[in-house]
Amino acid sequence: MDSNMQKKGSDNHLDVDFQQDFPSLNSVTYLDNSSTTQKPKVVLEAMNEYYTRYCANVHRGLYTQAEQATQAFEKAHQTVAQFIGAKAEEIIFTSGTTESINLLANSLGKNLLPGDEIVISIMEHHSNIVPWQQIAKEKKAQLKYLTLTDDYQLDLKQAKKIISKKTKIISLAQMSNVLGTINPVKELAALAHKVGALVVIDAAQSAPHIKIKVKELECDFLAFSGHKLCGPTGIGVLYGKKKMLDNLEPSKFGGGMIKEVELQDSTWANLPEKFEAGTPNIAGALGLAAAIKYLQIIGLNNIEKKEQELIKYALNKLKTVPGLKIIGSQNNKNRGAVISFTMKNAHPHDVAEILARENVAIRAGHHCAMPLHTSLKLEGTSRMSFYFYNTTDDIDTAIKALHKVNKIFQ
Amino acid sequence: MKTHKIPSPQTAEMGEDPLGERLGKPLTEEEELYKENILDHYRSPHNKGQLKKYTQTHSDLNPLCGDRITIYLQVSPNSPKILTDISFEGSGCAISQAAASLLTDNIKGKKVEEIRNLGPWDVFNLLGIRISHTRSKCALLSLKTIQHGLQGVK
Repeated sequence: MDSNMQKKGSDNHLDVDFQQDFPSLNSVTYLDNSSTTQKPKVVLEAMNEYYTRYCANVHRGLYTQAEQATQAFEKAHQTVAQFIGAKAEEIIFTSGTTESINLLANSLGKNLLPGDEIVISIMEHHSNIVPWQQIAKEKKAQLKYLTLTDDYQLDLKQAKKIISKKTKIISLAQMSNVLGTINPVKELAALAHKVGALVVIDAAQSAPHIKIKVKELECDFLAFSGHKLCGPTGIGVLYGKKKMLDNLEPSKFGGGMIKEVELQDSTWANLPEKFEAGTPNIAGALGLAAAIKYLQIIGLNNIEKKEQELIKYALNKLKTVPGLKIIGSQNNKNRGAVISFTMKNAHPHDVAEILARENVAIRAGHHCAMPLHTSLKLEGTSRMSFYFYNTTDDIDTAIKALHKVNKIFQ
Repeated sequence: MKTHKIPSPQTAEMGEDPLGERLGKPLTEEEELYKENILDHYRSPHNKGQLKKYTQTHSDLNPLCGDRITIYLQVSPNSPKILTDISFEGSGCAISQAAASLLTDNIKGKKVEEIRNLGPWDVFNLLGIRISHTRSKCALLSLKTIQHGLQGVK
């Protein structure tokens, strides 16, 4: 472990130059971390090592490389399990949060009856809306939405009214990818369990930033993506309580997920293979495990602390830009490292374009949350989102570019 | 307001670049995206609002950025069909709004057949700026909507 790595685990989290671990951060002020994060060298090396030294399929061959690949792949399940306080057999590798939620909607949806209700919130990402919407249509179930308070928090009073005995599934983002709001998912899980509903947590935005313990959240299922926490694209996770996964029917069939195949029927493999049909994304899983280990060396608590400083700094600086309105809580408490905003005279797309020309990467549009933008009567927003490797200098660069927006669109 | 000459349909294929090999080159002052001309059309778009009388209308949106547009077209009843009047309503970024303003100005009074043959570079030339791959969807929304609206004109 070099001195920089040792420093990473220390309390002097602000002193460390994390950017030197990320080859892609050389040429850009990257503030689009809610979309995807950059990849540290250790992740690229882990994937490269698999492809160059022991490239083989898992669970099949008896030769050395296959043994090594299988062991590494199984260990990746353990690394993820430990990251969220679960058991290895409760970790299913998927292509990402979207596939995880689709798997749930298809499998859990089989048991829905006409009149049953699914509860989500208005701030959900499309990946936690559309799968439920489609299964609800098919099963003649109702999709109900939790609404927001004036301070962009979930309205718990309304939630208590909406969650009823008809509710079978509640699926909520732990953190909004637009507002940055961190939702009280534990309290809502308790409400849901009282009426016998299943609880799904979309942790795509929260897992990279907040320490998650699934037992504490008391959720039945939880989904997140690898690429938003320094891992590669195309790998994600579905956690499910063992009891739940045992009772759940798979929705993807093929090799690897079976115990025995007869001409007219089949039986399923044990967890987690039962839900991992086909050759999995082996390199992706190993890259994800390397990413998680990298985050753990830094420490999730240090990541959270650093991001809190960045949010506080950014909120204060953004307030100095004329015509800029923050769409989300102005308070840095209970808020993740994503800040969406509008500008009085410039369309979000033009804001992002001008920043792009200053080599600052932000996102513009509805951020895959059209119902949220419609409910707030907004066509779109500009969004900057941070990760631990960002610095206050990055924020200053962005603020300078925002002043340029005002100069052009005065 | 200065408008540019639209090149013939033969040179107006996507991928051709009648203004020279601009892609990949650094921006010159003239190629600045938000030229005064663009900003003028964005701030005070021409042909904005709903026509009192129209024969065709069509709406579309760009899901990427949420730009929405509705086009109203007045086409003459006799052959050859002429677009006698046009207007648009909608909201969006400077590029999509300026493109709609410039394009509606440019095609008013033209033959429907001629408008059907317009391609991406005709719009890019009207804008007179370099358009990135992502932003081309903003720039071309109005053309796409107009051509869709004219599909019913026999």
